[in-house]
Amino acid sequence: MLTFILRRVLVMIPQLLLLSIIIFLLAKAMPGDAITGAFAGNPDADPERIAEIREKMGLNDPWFEQYGRWISNFAQGDMGMSYVHKQPVTALLAGRLNNTVLLSLTTMITIYLIALPLGIIAGRWNNSWADKLIVTYNYVALATPVFIFSLILLFVFGFYLNWLPIGGSVDIRASDGSWAYFLSKAKHLILPTLAGAVIGTVGTIQYLRNDIIDTKLKDFVKTARAKGVPEGRVYTRHILRNSILPIAAFLGFEITLLISGSVFIESIFSYPGLGQLFIQSISTRDFTVVTALVMISGTAVIVGTMLSDIILSIVDPRIRID
Amino acid sequence: MKAETPIDANEAAIAEAKAANLTLGQTIWREIKGDKVALIALIVLTLLLLAAYTSPLFLDQAGSSKINFMQIYQPPSAEFWLGTDRGGRDIFVQLMVGARNSITIGVAVTVIAGFLGLTIGLISGYFGGKVDFVIMRGLDFLMVLPTLMLIIVFVTIVPRFTVWSFIAIMSILLWFGKARLIRSRALAERELDYVNASKTLGTPNWKIMLFEVFPNLSSLVIVNMTLSLASNIGLETGLTFLGFGLPESTPSLGTLISYASHPDVMENKWWVWLPASLLILVVMLCINYIGQAIKRASDARQRLA
Repeated sequence: MLTFILRRVLVMIPQLLLLSIIIFLLAKAMPGDAITGAFAGNPDADPERIAEIREKMGLNDPWFEQYGRWISNFAQGDMGMSYVHKQPVTALLAGRLNNTVLLSLTTMITIYLIALPLGIIAGRWNNSWADKLIVTYNYVALATPVFIFSLILLFVFGFYLNWLPIGGSVDIRASDGSWAYFLSKAKHLILPTLAGAVIGTVGTIQYLRNDIIDTKLKDFVKTARAKGVPEGRVYTRHILRNSILPIAAFLGFEITLLISGSVFIESIFSYPGLGQLFIQSISTRDFTVVTALVMISGTAVIVGTMLSDIILSIVDPRIRID
Repeated sequence: MKAETPIDANEAAIAEAKAANLTLGQTIWREIKGDKVALIALIVLTLLLLAAYTSPLFLDQAGSSKINFMQIYQPPSAEFWLGTDRGGRDIFVQLMVGARNSITIGVAVTVIAGFLGLTIGLISGYFGGKVDFVIMRGLDFLMVLPTLMLIIVFVTIVPRFTVWSFIAIMSILLWFGKARLIRSRALAERELDYVNASKTLGTPNWKIMLFEVFPNLSSLVIVNMTLSLASNIGLETGLTFLGFGLPESTPSLGTLISYASHPDVMENKWWVWLPASLLILVVMLCINYIGQAIKRASDARQRLA
């Protein structure tokens, strides 16, 4: 067990290294560097002086030296300066990170609140009308692109019915820490959360339904029934215990979906998180911020996948490869 | 007269049984016919495709794409079925052009990404061993890349961005999952007797892969490609909606939807963006239903018909 975890953690190191090299080379391919940004819009800047600064900052060094500097700074939390916002990237991200983490959490919780009951109902009473309804919902959710669903939610609840705010993360008039602040924050979260959660349930429902249908015909379940365990308890004690654990393990994989979803959802609901910052930064060619965001998301996915693998191997020993 | 030998009779029986075996196409058609929803999906999709691809014959595209300030933001009417946009251009014409572009690009990306995934998955699974190990470790890495963000970054930094570069960027970043799927099936396939027999006869590896293993994976490939066609159309329109998809010269359904980022259009001019959104939904839903029917057809245990 311990060797598996150790090996899985070690695999992460070359992955992170490769990711950072790719992103660094991409950043080099992006038009402009640290200097062009800083002097943009300043026609009086002396080209010779710029060349001098460029040399001094090591921008003419071979790429691997520059990479070494970049990655060691990055690991220490120095991600460079944003030229558009004129502040360190780290400070810029810190303000947004809370919002994205909060939105991801509410989305995950909502996904499970919807998917677990529906998956269990569909699996336990498969081929009933309720199951057919749930399967249809699943088909529709699978076919619905997140940006269209977000727009329709925004149109219906934000504009047409005017029930919920159409953008932002909190009412600017609400003072920090008050009850009104909390309430306003919650209200601003409803639409972005639903946008991600209602169509994000597909994988979980499908897995749970199939797994329960498979499990309920197995011998140990028949044994349980035969010795007189009530039907309700057959499900809670015998079937669900087997089926629900792997779902906990998929949590890490969900991070990938949440990240790509957040790019669309945060842009549409003008929710000030990392996804919106990514789109804003790439539109304004603020490439230091773009680089930092891609690196952070890539790392999040790598770590998430690793956690999933480890949890899965604990839950299901068959997966463990030594 | 020579009496028919038992062997001949046997052969005739085998040939008869073979002729009675349904081809994959026939099985799929039977499955779709047996599933009302899939049949409706197929009819709707066919009609939509016909409308989108034959529309240049009926609609005056050049005339409709000219900016006309006398007819800005007209609501739907008999003259403009779906109203006009901020340049006074007919939305219905744009919808047809957009649908054509979005679907064509979706198909192109699906085919190229499918080809890449199939080739690499087949090589990895068929050869197994060291080849497989190396390819799989590479895939492990590629699978954890933040794909959406990388597509957006590539779209931004590629010089002289065209439709072709967009198709290339999407295809290059979207084949990883397919390769893994194909590989797992090819790995099982290579242990079967027909592959061994063929190897013993001295058939070259590429011939076995192409003419013997591949046909046995074809149903898997068709199912996977159908389902990813839907998601590729969704992804392309989504990227275009954000402004990182097709270049301006090639309007997509996402271009129409992107007008909705203006609150006034979103709230008061629904005819600009809502039809395109619903069209994408319908197309994706139809493709998915057909894909599910094909999936059932390819697995005898799941067939309904």
